[in-house]
Amino acid sequence: MSIQAMIDEWYPVGIFAQLDEAGRNTMLMGEPIVVTKDGNARVTGRNGRSLPVKVRYGHVWTSLGEPKKDLFPIPEADQPGRRFVDVGVVRVRCSPLRAVENFLDIAHFPFVHTDILGAEPHTEVQNYKVEIREDVDEVWATQVKFYQPQAAKSASGGITTEYMYRVAAPTCTVLYKTCPPRPTEWDVITLFVQPLTEELCDVWPWMALFDDETSMTDLIHFQQTIFLQDRSILENQIPRLLPLDPGMEIPTRADMTSIAYRRWLKRHNYTYGAQLVAQ
Amino acid sequence: MKLYDYILSPSCYKVRLMAALTGVKLELRPVDFHPGLEHRGLALLALNPAGSIPIIEDGDLILTESSAILVYLAAQAAPEWLAGTKPEEAARVQQWLSFSGRLTANLGGARLHEMLLRTGDIDALQAQGIAALRELEAGLVEQNLRGQRFLAADRPTVADIACFPYVALAPDGGVSLDPYPAIRLWSRALRSLHGFVEMPGIHRLHELKPEPTVEESKA
Repeated sequence: MSIQAMIDEWYPVGIFAQLDEAGRNTMLMGEPIVVTKDGNARVTGRNGRSLPVKVRYGHVWTSLGEPKKDLFPIPEADQPGRRFVDVGVVRVRCSPLRAVENFLDIAHFPFVHTDILGAEPHTEVQNYKVEIREDVDEVWATQVKFYQPQAAKSASGGITTEYMYRVAAPTCTVLYKTCPPRPTEWDVITLFVQPLTEELCDVWPWMALFDDETSMTDLIHFQQTIFLQDRSILENQIPRLLPLDPGMEIPTRADMTSIAYRRWLKRHNYTYGAQLVAQ
Repeated sequence: MKLYDYILSPSCYKVRLMAALTGVKLELRPVDFHPGLEHRGLALLALNPAGSIPIIEDGDLILTESSAILVYLAAQAAPEWLAGTKPEEAARVQQWLSFSGRLTANLGGARLHEMLLRTGDIDALQAQGIAALRELEAGLVEQNLRGQRFLAADRPTVADIACFPYVALAPDGGVSLDPYPAIRLWSRALRSLHGFVEMPGIHRLHELKPEPTVEESKA
Protein backbone atom coordinates (compact mmCIF):
# COMPACT_ATOMS: atom_id res chain seq x y z
CA MET A 1 0.00 0.00 0.00
CA SER A 2 1.15 3.48 -0.77
CA ILE A 3 -0.81 6.54 0.20
CA GLN A 4 1.56 8.88 -1.61
CA ALA A 5 0.31 8.73 -5.18
CA MET A 6 -3.34 9.15 -4.16
CA ILE A 7 -2.78 11.84 -1.54
CA ASP A 8 -2.97 14.74 -4.01
CA GLU A 9 -6.37 13.67 -5.33
CA TRP A 10 -9.69 15.31 -4.47
CA TYR A 11 -12.13 13.30 -2.34
CA PRO A 12 -15.79 13.85 -1.39
CA VAL A 13 -16.34 14.39 2.33
CA GLY A 14 -19.93 15.60 2.70
CA ILE A 15 -23.11 16.92 1.09
CA PHE A 16 -22.77 20.69 0.95
CA ALA A 17 -26.49 21.35 1.56
CA GLN A 18 -26.38 19.30 4.77
CA LEU A 19 -23.36 20.92 6.36
CA ASP A 20 -23.85 22.94 9.50
CA GLU A 21 -21.67 24.81 11.96
CA ALA A 22 -21.51 21.80 14.28
CA GLY A 23 -19.63 20.06 11.51
CA ARG A 24 -19.08 16.52 10.48
CA ASN A 25 -16.29 14.53 12.11
CA THR A 26 -15.00 12.05 9.61
CA MET A 27 -11.83 10.58 8.23
CA LEU A 28 -9.84 10.65 5.02
CA MET A 29 -7.26 7.94 4.35
CA GLY A 30 -6.79 7.34 8.04
CA GLU A 31 -6.57 11.01 9.03
CA PRO A 32 -9.37 12.43 11.21
CA ILE A 33 -10.89 15.52 9.56
CA VAL A 34 -13.71 17.94 10.40
CA VAL A 35 -15.98 19.35 7.71
CA THR A 36 -17.80 22.51 8.77
CA LYS A 37 -19.57 25.46 7.26
CA ASP A 38 -19.28 29.12 8.12
CA GLY A 39 -20.69 30.52 4.92
CA ASN A 40 -18.30 28.43 2.87
CA ALA A 41 -17.25 24.88 3.54
CA ARG A 42 -14.11 24.37 5.62
CA VAL A 43 -12.14 21.22 6.16
CA THR A 44 -9.64 20.85 8.98
CA GLY A 45 -7.15 18.01 9.21
CA ARG A 46 -4.90 16.71 11.96
CA ASN A 47 -3.44 19.36 14.29
CA GLY A 48 -5.91 21.92 12.98
CA ARG A 49 -4.31 22.31 9.56
CA SER A 50 -6.59 23.74 6.88
CA LEU A 51 -7.13 21.50 3.90
CA PRO A 52 -7.98 22.64 0.37
CA VAL A 53 -11.71 22.79 -0.33
CA LYS A 54 -13.96 22.72 -3.37
CA VAL A 55 -17.72 22.63 -3.50
CA ARG A 56 -18.91 20.89 -6.65
CA TYR A 57 -21.57 18.37 -7.73
CA GLY A 58 -23.50 18.87 -4.49
CA HIS A 59 -20.57 17.74 -2.37
CA VAL A 60 -17.63 19.17 -0.46
CA TRP A 61 -14.26 17.97 -1.77
CA THR A 62 -10.90 18.05 -0.08
CA SER A 63 -7.39 16.62 -0.30
CA LEU A 64 -4.71 15.70 2.22
CA GLY A 65 -1.98 16.74 -0.20
CA GLU A 66 -1.52 19.41 -2.83
CA PRO A 67 -3.83 18.72 -5.76
CA LYS A 68 -1.98 19.18 -9.04
CA LYS A 69 -5.19 19.10 -11.07
CA ASP A 70 -8.58 20.70 -10.75
CA LEU A 71 -11.46 18.42 -9.82
CA PHE A 72 -12.48 16.37 -12.87
CA PRO A 73 -15.11 18.04 -15.07
CA ILE A 74 -18.72 16.88 -15.43
CA PRO A 75 -20.10 19.32 -18.04
CA GLU A 76 -23.63 17.93 -17.53
CA ALA A 77 -23.58 19.49 -14.05
CA ASP A 78 -24.06 22.88 -15.73
CA GLN A 79 -26.67 21.81 -18.25
CA PRO A 80 -30.07 23.48 -17.81
CA GLY A 81 -33.06 21.22 -17.26
CA ARG A 82 -31.27 18.52 -15.31
CA ARG A 83 -32.21 17.62 -11.77
CA PHE A 84 -29.38 17.10 -9.35
CA VAL A 85 -29.84 14.41 -6.74
CA ASP A 86 -27.78 14.12 -3.54
CA VAL A 87 -28.49 10.47 -2.81
CA GLY A 88 -26.90 10.51 0.66
CA VAL A 89 -23.99 8.73 2.28
CA VAL A 90 -23.76 4.96 2.71
CA ARG A 91 -20.89 3.41 4.63
CA VAL A 92 -19.46 0.19 3.28
CA ARG A 93 -16.89 -2.08 4.91
CA CYS A 94 -14.88 -2.61 1.75
CA SER A 95 -11.91 -1.21 -0.11
CA PRO A 96 -12.76 2.12 -1.78
CA LEU A 97 -11.35 0.67 -5.00
CA ARG A 98 -13.68 -2.32 -4.79
CA ALA A 99 -16.65 0.04 -4.46
CA VAL A 100 -15.61 1.65 -7.76
CA GLU A 101 -14.89 -1.65 -9.45
CA ASN A 102 -18.31 -3.04 -8.54
CA PHE A 103 -19.93 0.06 -10.05
CA LEU A 104 -18.12 -0.66 -13.33
CA ASP A 105 -19.44 -4.21 -13.55
CA ILE A 106 -22.46 -5.06 -15.67
CA ALA A 107 -22.48 -8.84 -15.45
CA HIS A 108 -23.93 -8.90 -11.92
CA PHE A 109 -27.08 -6.94 -12.84
CA PRO A 110 -29.46 -9.91 -13.39
CA PHE A 111 -28.37 -11.61 -10.18
CA VAL A 112 -28.02 -8.72 -7.72
CA HIS A 113 -30.40 -6.12 -9.19
CA THR A 114 -32.95 -8.69 -10.33
CA ASP A 115 -35.94 -7.27 -12.25
CA ILE A 116 -34.54 -3.74 -12.07
CA LEU A 117 -31.19 -3.49 -13.87
CA GLY A 118 -31.27 -7.02 -15.25
CA ALA A 119 -33.19 -10.25 -15.37
CA GLU A 120 -32.55 -13.83 -16.32
CA PRO A 121 -32.24 -15.13 -18.97
CA HIS A 122 -30.86 -11.82 -20.38
CA THR A 123 -27.45 -12.31 -18.79
CA GLU A 124 -25.11 -11.83 -21.73
CA VAL A 125 -22.77 -8.85 -21.69
CA GLN A 126 -22.27 -7.94 -25.32
CA ASN A 127 -18.89 -6.86 -26.56
CA TYR A 128 -17.95 -3.27 -25.71
CA LYS A 129 -14.99 -0.91 -26.03
CA VAL A 130 -12.54 -0.01 -23.28
CA GLU A 131 -9.67 2.43 -23.40
CA ILE A 132 -7.41 4.48 -21.17
CA ARG A 133 -7.68 7.96 -22.66
CA GLU A 134 -4.21 9.38 -22.42
CA ASP A 135 -5.20 13.03 -23.03
CA VAL A 136 -7.48 13.19 -20.00
CA ASP A 137 -5.90 10.26 -18.14
CA GLU A 138 -9.22 8.49 -17.56
CA VAL A 139 -10.58 4.99 -18.06
CA TRP A 140 -13.54 4.84 -20.46
CA ALA A 141 -15.84 2.01 -21.45
CA THR A 142 -18.23 2.74 -24.30
CA GLN A 143 -20.88 0.97 -26.37
CA VAL A 144 -21.96 -1.04 -23.36
CA LYS A 145 -25.45 -2.43 -23.98
CA PHE A 146 -27.63 -4.36 -21.60
CA TYR A 147 -31.25 -5.43 -21.43
CA GLN A 148 -32.93 -3.91 -18.38
CA PRO A 149 -36.45 -4.51 -17.03
CA GLN A 150 -36.52 -1.08 -15.31
CA ALA A 151 -33.46 0.92 -16.27
CA ALA A 152 -34.46 4.10 -14.48
CA LYS A 153 -37.29 5.41 -12.36
CA SER A 154 -38.53 7.13 -15.53
CA ALA A 155 -38.48 3.90 -17.58
CA SER A 156 -41.67 1.92 -18.07
CA GLY A 157 -41.03 -1.62 -19.15
CA GLY A 158 -37.85 -3.27 -20.36
CA ILE A 159 -35.42 -1.53 -22.72
CA THR A 160 -31.94 -2.19 -24.00
CA THR A 161 -29.94 0.45 -22.21
CA GLU A 162 -26.69 1.86 -23.50
CA TYR A 163 -24.00 2.82 -21.03
CA MET A 164 -20.67 4.63 -20.95
CA TYR A 165 -18.46 4.25 -17.91
CA ARG A 166 -15.75 6.64 -16.93
CA VAL A 167 -13.22 6.48 -14.11
CA ALA A 168 -12.26 10.11 -13.58
CA ALA A 169 -10.22 9.71 -10.37
CA PRO A 170 -9.04 6.69 -8.40
CA THR A 171 -12.20 6.61 -6.27
CA CYS A 172 -14.65 8.50 -8.48
CA THR A 173 -16.60 7.09 -11.35
CA VAL A 174 -19.24 8.50 -13.66
CA LEU A 175 -21.82 6.50 -15.54
CA TYR A 176 -23.69 7.80 -18.59
CA LYS A 177 -26.80 5.87 -19.52
CA THR A 178 -29.72 6.04 -21.88
CA CYS A 179 -32.16 8.68 -20.69
CA PRO A 180 -35.67 7.28 -21.27
CA PRO A 181 -37.51 10.64 -21.53
CA ARG A 182 -34.78 12.23 -23.74
CA PRO A 183 -33.21 9.79 -26.18
CA THR A 184 -30.60 12.32 -27.37
CA GLU A 185 -29.16 12.92 -23.89
CA TRP A 186 -27.39 10.80 -21.30
CA ASP A 187 -28.42 10.49 -17.68
CA VAL A 188 -25.42 10.98 -15.40
CA ILE A 189 -25.02 8.79 -12.32
CA THR A 190 -21.88 9.03 -10.25
CA LEU A 191 -20.26 7.19 -7.41
CA PHE A 192 -18.00 9.42 -5.36
CA VAL A 193 -16.11 7.36 -2.80
CA GLN A 194 -14.46 8.78 0.32
CA PRO A 195 -11.71 6.41 1.47
CA LEU A 196 -11.80 6.31 5.28
CA THR A 197 -9.27 3.51 5.50
CA GLU A 198 -8.10 0.89 3.03
CA GLU A 199 -11.02 -1.33 4.00
CA LEU A 200 -13.73 1.17 4.87
CA CYS A 201 -15.39 3.84 2.77
CA ASP A 202 -18.23 6.31 2.70
CA VAL A 203 -19.99 6.29 -0.65
CA TRP A 204 -21.74 9.40 -1.94
CA PRO A 205 -23.82 8.66 -5.05
CA TRP A 206 -24.92 11.74 -7.01
CA MET A 207 -27.06 12.06 -10.14
CA ALA A 208 -27.82 14.63 -12.85
CA LEU A 209 -30.96 13.45 -14.61
CA PHE A 210 -33.57 14.58 -17.07
CA ASP A 211 -36.76 13.56 -15.30
CA ASP A 212 -39.49 16.08 -14.57
CA GLU A 213 -42.03 13.53 -13.40
CA THR A 214 -40.50 11.54 -10.58
CA SER A 215 -40.39 13.01 -7.09
CA MET A 216 -36.98 13.73 -5.59
CA THR A 217 -37.62 11.15 -2.86
CA ASP A 218 -38.41 8.47 -5.45
CA LEU A 219 -35.21 9.28 -7.35
CA ILE A 220 -33.18 8.98 -4.14
CA HIS A 221 -34.87 5.72 -3.19
CA PHE A 222 -34.34 4.17 -6.61
CA GLN A 223 -30.60 4.74 -6.39
CA GLN A 224 -30.41 3.73 -2.72
CA THR A 225 -32.19 0.48 -3.58
CA ILE A 226 -29.60 -0.32 -6.23
CA PHE A 227 -26.64 0.61 -4.08
CA LEU A 228 -27.86 -1.24 -0.99
CA GLN A 229 -28.27 -4.37 -3.07
CA ASP A 230 -24.57 -4.03 -3.89
CA ARG A 231 -23.49 -3.27 -0.34
CA SER A 232 -23.94 -6.73 1.12
CA ILE A 233 -22.04 -8.21 -1.83
CA LEU A 234 -19.19 -5.71 -1.46
CA GLU A 235 -18.81 -6.44 2.25
CA ASN A 236 -18.32 -10.12 1.49
CA GLN A 237 -15.71 -9.88 -1.24
CA ILE A 238 -12.41 -11.65 -0.59
CA PRO A 239 -9.65 -10.59 -0.48
CA ARG A 240 -10.80 -7.32 1.05
CA LEU A 241 -8.17 -5.30 -0.82
CA LEU A 242 -8.47 -5.06 -4.60
CA PRO A 243 -5.83 -7.32 -6.19
CA LEU A 244 -3.85 -5.51 -8.90
CA ASP A 245 -1.66 -8.47 -9.87
CA PRO A 246 -2.93 -11.48 -11.77
CA GLY A 247 -3.50 -14.27 -9.29
CA MET A 248 -6.38 -16.48 -8.42
CA GLU A 249 -8.96 -14.52 -10.39
CA ILE A 250 -9.77 -15.41 -13.97
CA PRO A 251 -11.36 -12.45 -15.73
CA THR A 252 -13.75 -12.88 -18.63
CA ARG A 253 -14.51 -10.55 -21.55
CA ALA A 254 -17.24 -8.91 -19.50
CA ASP A 255 -14.56 -7.75 -17.04
CA MET A 256 -12.62 -5.59 -19.52
CA THR A 257 -13.48 -2.37 -17.69
CA SER A 258 -12.29 -3.78 -14.41
CA ILE A 259 -9.05 -4.94 -16.00
CA ALA A 260 -8.42 -1.50 -17.49
CA TYR A 261 -9.24 0.14 -14.14
CA ARG A 262 -6.77 -2.12 -12.31
CA ARG A 263 -4.06 -1.48 -14.93
CA TRP A 264 -4.62 2.24 -14.67
CA LEU A 265 -4.43 2.11 -10.86
CA LYS A 266 -1.23 0.12 -11.01
CA ARG A 267 0.35 2.39 -13.62
CA HIS A 268 -0.19 5.41 -11.36
CA ASN A 269 0.69 3.56 -8.18
CA TYR A 270 -2.86 4.27 -6.92
CA THR A 271 -2.68 1.47 -4.40
CA TYR A 272 -4.49 2.73 -1.30
CA GLY A 273 -7.04 -0.08 -0.89
CA ALA A 274 -5.19 -2.39 -3.26
CA GLN A 275 -3.21 -5.59 -2.87
CA LEU A 276 -0.10 -5.84 -4.96
CA VAL A 277 1.21 -9.37 -4.73
CA ALA A 278 -1.36 -12.07 -5.27
CA GLN A 279 -1.90 -14.10 -2.13
CA MET B 1 -54.51 1.91 2.87
CA LYS B 2 -51.55 4.26 2.78
CA LEU B 3 -48.09 3.28 4.05
CA TYR B 4 -45.53 5.97 4.84
CA ASP B 5 -42.62 3.99 3.62
CA TYR B 6 -38.84 3.94 3.32
CA ILE B 7 -37.35 1.31 1.04
CA LEU B 8 -34.37 0.66 3.33
CA SER B 9 -36.35 0.50 6.59
CA PRO B 10 -36.71 -3.05 7.92
CA SER B 11 -39.81 -1.98 9.88
CA CYS B 12 -41.47 -0.63 6.74
CA TYR B 13 -40.43 -3.81 4.95
CA LYS B 14 -42.34 -5.85 7.57
CA VAL B 15 -45.49 -4.10 6.42
CA ARG B 16 -44.75 -4.47 2.71
CA LEU B 17 -43.91 -8.15 3.22
CA MET B 18 -47.03 -8.85 5.27
CA ALA B 19 -49.18 -7.09 2.69
CA ALA B 20 -47.58 -9.07 -0.13
CA LEU B 21 -48.04 -12.38 1.68
CA THR B 22 -51.68 -11.66 2.51
CA GLY B 23 -52.66 -9.95 -0.73
CA VAL B 24 -53.40 -6.53 0.78
CA LYS B 25 -52.93 -3.59 -1.58
CA LEU B 26 -50.91 -0.72 -0.17
CA GLU B 27 -50.57 2.79 -1.45
CA LEU B 28 -46.92 3.67 -0.83
CA ARG B 29 -45.96 7.19 0.18
CA PRO B 30 -42.12 7.34 0.14
CA VAL B 31 -40.55 9.22 3.04
CA ASP B 32 -37.12 10.83 2.60
CA PHE B 33 -35.69 9.25 5.77
CA HIS B 34 -32.10 9.46 4.53
CA PRO B 35 -30.59 11.89 3.82
CA GLY B 36 -33.65 14.19 4.22
CA LEU B 37 -34.83 13.22 7.75
CA GLU B 38 -38.40 13.82 6.60
CA HIS B 39 -39.75 11.59 9.38
CA ARG B 40 -38.62 14.24 11.86
CA GLY B 41 -40.42 17.01 9.94
CA LEU B 42 -43.61 18.70 11.12
CA ALA B 43 -45.95 16.93 8.71
CA LEU B 44 -44.94 13.44 9.78
CA LEU B 45 -44.56 14.32 13.46
CA ALA B 46 -48.19 15.45 13.34
CA LEU B 47 -49.10 11.91 12.30
CA ASN B 48 -46.63 10.15 14.58
CA PRO B 49 -45.17 12.11 17.50
CA ALA B 50 -42.61 9.33 18.01
CA GLY B 51 -40.98 10.44 14.76
CA SER B 52 -40.69 6.92 13.37
CA ILE B 53 -41.94 5.06 10.32
CA PRO B 54 -43.84 3.02 9.22
CA ILE B 55 -47.13 4.83 9.58
CA ILE B 56 -50.37 3.39 8.23
CA GLU B 57 -53.33 5.58 7.37
CA ASP B 58 -56.58 3.77 6.66
CA GLY B 59 -59.52 6.14 6.73
CA ASP B 60 -59.61 7.53 10.26
CA LEU B 61 -57.25 4.90 11.59
CA ILE B 62 -53.60 5.80 12.08
CA LEU B 63 -51.17 3.11 13.24
CA THR B 64 -47.52 3.77 14.05
CA GLU B 65 -46.29 0.55 15.68
CA SER B 66 -45.21 -2.07 13.17
CA SER B 67 -46.50 -5.02 15.24
CA ALA B 68 -49.93 -3.41 15.46
CA ILE B 69 -49.86 -2.83 11.71
CA LEU B 70 -49.02 -6.51 11.07
CA VAL B 71 -51.95 -7.57 13.26
CA TYR B 72 -54.24 -5.13 11.44
CA LEU B 73 -53.28 -6.47 8.00
CA ALA B 74 -53.60 -10.10 9.10
CA ALA B 75 -56.92 -9.57 10.84
CA GLN B 76 -58.33 -8.00 7.71
CA ALA B 77 -57.03 -10.33 5.04
CA ALA B 78 -55.53 -13.50 6.50
CA PRO B 79 -56.52 -14.38 10.10
CA GLU B 80 -54.48 -17.58 9.91
CA TRP B 81 -51.42 -15.35 10.41
CA LEU B 82 -52.71 -14.41 13.88
CA ALA B 83 -52.37 -16.52 17.01
CA GLY B 84 -54.83 -19.40 17.33
CA THR B 85 -56.89 -20.12 20.41
CA LYS B 86 -54.31 -22.26 22.22
CA PRO B 87 -53.01 -20.28 25.20
CA GLU B 88 -49.41 -21.23 24.61
CA GLU B 89 -49.47 -20.24 20.96
CA ALA B 90 -51.21 -16.95 21.70
CA ALA B 91 -48.63 -16.17 24.33
CA ARG B 92 -45.71 -17.11 22.07
CA VAL B 93 -46.96 -14.75 19.37
CA GLN B 94 -47.06 -11.91 21.91
CA GLN B 95 -43.68 -12.92 23.31
CA TRP B 96 -41.95 -12.67 19.93
CA LEU B 97 -43.83 -9.52 18.92
CA SER B 98 -42.42 -7.84 22.02
CA PHE B 99 -39.02 -9.39 21.39
CA SER B 100 -39.00 -7.84 17.91
CA GLY B 101 -38.82 -4.42 19.53
CA ARG B 102 -35.46 -5.37 21.01
CA LEU B 103 -34.22 -6.40 17.55
CA THR B 104 -35.18 -2.98 16.21
CA ALA B 105 -33.18 -1.34 18.99
CA ASN B 106 -30.04 -3.48 18.89
CA LEU B 107 -29.60 -5.01 15.41
CA GLY B 108 -31.46 -2.08 13.83
CA GLY B 109 -29.36 0.40 15.78
CA ALA B 110 -26.14 -1.33 14.74
CA ARG B 111 -27.27 -1.29 11.11
CA LEU B 112 -28.10 2.43 11.16
CA HIS B 113 -24.74 3.13 12.77
CA GLU B 114 -22.69 1.03 10.36
CA MET B 115 -24.59 1.92 7.21
CA LEU B 116 -26.11 5.38 7.50
CA LEU B 117 -23.70 6.82 10.11
CA ARG B 118 -26.30 7.34 12.82
CA THR B 119 -24.94 7.78 16.34
CA GLY B 120 -24.85 4.94 18.85
CA ASP B 121 -22.60 2.74 20.99
CA ILE B 122 -21.78 0.21 18.29
CA ASP B 123 -20.08 -2.33 20.57
CA ALA B 124 -23.03 -2.42 22.94
CA LEU B 125 -25.55 -2.59 20.08
CA GLN B 126 -23.73 -5.49 18.43
CA ALA B 127 -23.32 -7.35 21.76
CA GLN B 128 -27.04 -6.96 22.51
CA GLY B 129 -27.84 -8.04 18.96
CA ILE B 130 -25.77 -11.19 19.33
CA ALA B 131 -27.50 -11.98 22.64
CA ALA B 132 -30.88 -11.57 20.92
CA LEU B 133 -29.85 -13.81 18.01
CA ARG B 134 -28.81 -16.54 20.46
CA GLU B 135 -32.17 -16.28 22.16
CA LEU B 136 -33.92 -16.55 18.83
CA GLU B 137 -31.76 -19.49 17.75
CA ALA B 138 -32.59 -21.32 20.98
CA GLY B 139 -36.29 -20.55 20.54
CA LEU B 140 -36.27 -21.93 17.00
CA VAL B 141 -34.42 -25.08 18.03
CA GLU B 142 -37.03 -25.69 20.74
CA GLN B 143 -39.79 -25.13 18.23
CA ASN B 144 -38.16 -27.66 15.91
CA LEU B 145 -38.10 -30.19 18.76
CA ARG B 146 -41.84 -29.61 19.12
CA GLY B 147 -42.18 -30.27 15.40
CA GLN B 148 -42.91 -26.64 14.56
CA ARG B 149 -41.00 -24.78 11.87
CA PHE B 150 -41.92 -21.25 12.85
CA LEU B 151 -41.66 -19.11 15.98
CA ALA B 152 -45.10 -19.71 17.45
CA ALA B 153 -46.63 -22.55 15.46
CA ASP B 154 -46.07 -24.89 12.53
CA ARG B 155 -47.29 -22.11 10.27
CA PRO B 156 -45.89 -18.61 9.91
CA THR B 157 -47.55 -15.91 12.02
CA VAL B 158 -47.20 -12.17 12.47
CA ALA B 159 -44.47 -12.96 15.02
CA ASP B 160 -42.22 -14.38 12.29
CA ILE B 161 -42.71 -11.35 10.07
CA ALA B 162 -42.03 -9.03 13.02
CA CYS B 163 -38.66 -10.70 13.76
CA PHE B 164 -37.44 -11.66 10.29
CA PRO B 165 -36.24 -8.37 8.71
CA TYR B 166 -33.84 -7.12 11.42
CA VAL B 167 -32.46 -10.64 11.81
CA ALA B 168 -31.92 -11.14 8.08
CA LEU B 169 -30.21 -7.74 7.86
CA ALA B 170 -27.95 -8.29 10.88
CA PRO B 171 -24.84 -8.50 8.65
CA ASP B 172 -25.55 -4.91 7.51
CA GLY B 173 -24.73 -3.91 11.08
CA GLY B 174 -21.60 -6.04 11.26
CA VAL B 175 -23.28 -8.98 13.03
CA SER B 176 -22.72 -12.31 11.32
CA LEU B 177 -25.47 -14.92 10.96
CA ASP B 178 -23.00 -17.74 10.32
CA PRO B 179 -23.27 -19.29 13.84
CA TYR B 180 -27.07 -19.80 13.68
CA PRO B 181 -28.22 -22.77 11.58
CA ALA B 182 -31.78 -22.74 12.92
CA ILE B 183 -32.12 -19.05 12.03
CA ARG B 184 -30.85 -19.74 8.52
CA LEU B 185 -33.37 -22.57 8.00
CA TRP B 186 -36.15 -20.37 9.33
CA SER B 187 -35.07 -17.53 7.07
CA ARG B 188 -35.11 -19.89 4.13
CA ALA B 189 -38.59 -21.16 5.05
CA LEU B 190 -39.86 -17.57 5.16
CA ARG B 191 -38.20 -16.63 1.89
CA SER B 192 -39.82 -19.68 0.27
CA LEU B 193 -43.34 -18.50 1.12
CA HIS B 194 -45.61 -17.84 -1.84
CA GLY B 195 -45.78 -14.10 -2.42
CA PHE B 196 -42.51 -13.31 -0.62
CA VAL B 197 -40.97 -9.97 -1.62
CA GLU B 198 -37.38 -8.87 -1.09
CA MET B 199 -35.74 -5.64 0.01
CA PRO B 200 -32.19 -4.39 -0.55
CA GLY B 201 -29.95 -6.66 1.54
CA ILE B 202 -32.47 -9.50 1.62
CA HIS B 203 -32.11 -11.50 -1.55
CA ARG B 204 -34.69 -13.80 -3.02
CA LEU B 205 -34.01 -17.51 -3.33
CA HIS B 206 -32.74 -17.80 -6.89
CA GLU B 207 -32.41 -21.53 -6.46
CA LEU B 208 -36.19 -21.89 -6.30
CA LYS B 209 -36.31 -21.63 -10.08
CA PRO B 210 -37.29 -24.87 -11.85
CA GLU B 211 -34.62 -27.54 -11.82
CA PRO B 212 -32.68 -27.77 -15.07
CA THR B 213 -33.39 -30.87 -17.15
CA VAL B 214 -30.51 -33.28 -16.84
CA GLU B 215 -30.03 -35.54 -19.86
CA GLU B 216 -29.33 -39.15 -19.16
CA SER B 217 -25.75 -40.09 -19.83
CA LYS B 218 -25.34 -42.01 -23.09
CA ALA B 219 -21.95 -43.43 -22.15
